[in-house]
Amino acid sequence: MTVATDIALEARGLTRIYGRGSEEVRALDGVSMLIRKGEFVSFMGPSGSGKTTLVNLLGCLENPTSGELDLAGRNIFGGGNQLGERSLTRIRREVFGYIFQNFYLIPTLTVRENVALPLAFYRKPGLNGEVEKLLVQLGMEHRMNHLPGQISGGEMQRVAIARALVNRPEILLADEPTGNLDTTRTGEIGEILQDLNRNAGLTIVMVTHNPELGRLSGRHIEMRDGKAYEN
Amino acid sequence: MISKFQIAYKNLLRKKTRTLLTLVGIVLSSWVLVSLLGFNRGYESALNRDIDNMGYQIMVMAKGCPYEAATMMLQGGAGLRYIEASTVDGIVNRAEVEAATPILMQAFFDPNKGDGGGIAGYFGVDLATFPAMKPFLKFKKGGWPQGEKAAEAAEAVMGYEAAELEQREVGDLILVPEKNVELKVVGILERTGTQDDGTIFVPLKTLQRISGLDKITTIGIKVKKDANIEKLEAALYQLPDMQVVSFSQVKQTIMKLIATARVMVLSIAVIALLIAMVGVVNTILMSVLERKHEIGILKTMGAMPGDIFRLVWTETLILCTTGGVAGIGLAFLFARLSDVLVRRVLPYAPGGELVAIDLRLALLTLLIIVAVGLLSGIYPAWKAGRVRPLDSIRSEA
Repeated sequence: MTVATDIALEARGLTRIYGRGSEEVRALDGVSMLIRKGEFVSFMGPSGSGKTTLVNLLGCLENPTSGELDLAGRNIFGGGNQLGERSLTRIRREVFGYIFQNFYLIPTLTVRENVALPLAFYRKPGLNGEVEKLLVQLGMEHRMNHLPGQISGGEMQRVAIARALVNRPEILLADEPTGNLDTTRTGEIGEILQDLNRNAGLTIVMVTHNPELGRLSGRHIEMRDGKAYEN
Repeated sequence: MISKFQIAYKNLLRKKTRTLLTLVGIVLSSWVLVSLLGFNRGYESALNRDIDNMGYQIMVMAKGCPYEAATMMLQGGAGLRYIEASTVDGIVNRAEVEAATPILMQAFFDPNKGDGGGIAGYFGVDLATFPAMKPFLKFKKGGWPQGEKAAEAAEAVMGYEAAELEQREVGDLILVPEKNVELKVVGILERTGTQDDGTIFVPLKTLQRISGLDKITTIGIKVKKDANIEKLEAALYQLPDMQVVSFSQVKQTIMKLIATARVMVLSIAVIALLIAMVGVVNTILMSVLERKHEIGILKTMGAMPGDIFRLVWTETLILCTTGGVAGIGLAFLFARLSDVLVRRVLPYAPGGELVAIDLRLALLTLLIIVAVGLLSGIYPAWKAGRVRPLDSIRSEA
């Protein structure tokens, strides 16, 4: 296998089939793609088109039914091998940061503690003062000691972004990151993501329904019936 | 920056009322458990102490005579039977006997005692042998009658409570009811926690003179160390018209009497513990189910199943340790109250501390509470560890 260091993700024939009773649902149907380091890719498409399933597979949240996936040239899924929960977790914590539509902040922890949460389970070597640095970068330094219930939805998503970045991931996966936000806040989050991509060189893979947000990324992939179409 | 312990602790603060109610359950069960374990230990040692404080291991008295001073007092002195004072000589010469002391118990009706009168108990004791048998008796003031004619002196030594009740000091006079004889108080004992506290001790010959008797009611026998008590008892049973009371038998009888009560209270403690633990399982399991999404997200962040298991287990540990420590603390604080309550339900309670809780017992109880708690936390923690991140995200969608 050739190790290509500028490749962040490479999928070959990724397929995911779910069983629904006796019926089989082909959520993802042989998707192949290559995402280079530093790219900002958005997946758009109607509900049920398979975009979230694809991002879940790319983000090692589950195993594909078939197909292969390489991360930075390293083969993760392939040859029909299924990875256990521990192996998937190991890959996730080293490679990915995740943000979701619903933020999932812990209500009893302060903003600072929420951002520091991943470090309680795993800390990459050489990380110091990362929490404060990120909160300053995302304009949340004045809210460090507030609880999630005391800040706005846009601020919550900023905290979630800081939490996703605290372990310096190689790839940021964002699943409908502005689904719960108004237009103004959506714009703000979009700018933050764009800034992280352009200035910090972070690879971002995003699922969105929002065409405005999608336009901010450099590359758009359309999903329909479990297949990926790129212009 | 934030530890797993802090995360677990703050999780418990989410549903404060539920956490508090669970804590109350653990507090109560640990309180009951440590108190009852303390009672199980304390009762036996209090009984042993009472028996040791008698100063003798065997009592000999006339057949049919009640041997308990308390019984004697309740019966108003009726039913007492007497034996010849010379019986002591035959006993004290036996090889197994270290010492023997003759005692005359008398009870007089005192019309001025309490509402409508009461019984005053007097012990006629031989000053040559009785104090030597009870060297642990300490005087608050004064001492035993002294001097050449001490054996016949009109003097008395009062137990702590008898002196308190009669409001007497050393040097005061007390009037023996019914007999109109005055005795001078020459000593007041410190509290012993036994029936000696309510007794008035008088020289044997003085009480015999007052009562118009030359006999005795009881002989207290101190057995030599390593002597064969059974052999001595068997020999004493051969004395005509005598009954022998061995305190080891008394102890066995009392322990049998309270065995049922002990089993009952221990069952209550176990039930209380089980109820508290069901509460723990319920609280932690509910908390896990409510936080399923968050647990899934923690896993996307890199938490291993073992991390989640330990996180939930830590919550159980915090609950059980806090509840256990608080319950044991309350048991220490209200040990006297527990003592009073336990005394009410027992057929016989020795003097002194019945519920004996010390640091060792407290730690043992805490260990039991935490161990059972952690056992209860295994299922919720295991269930939390098995949450798959994708399931939690999907169920939200």
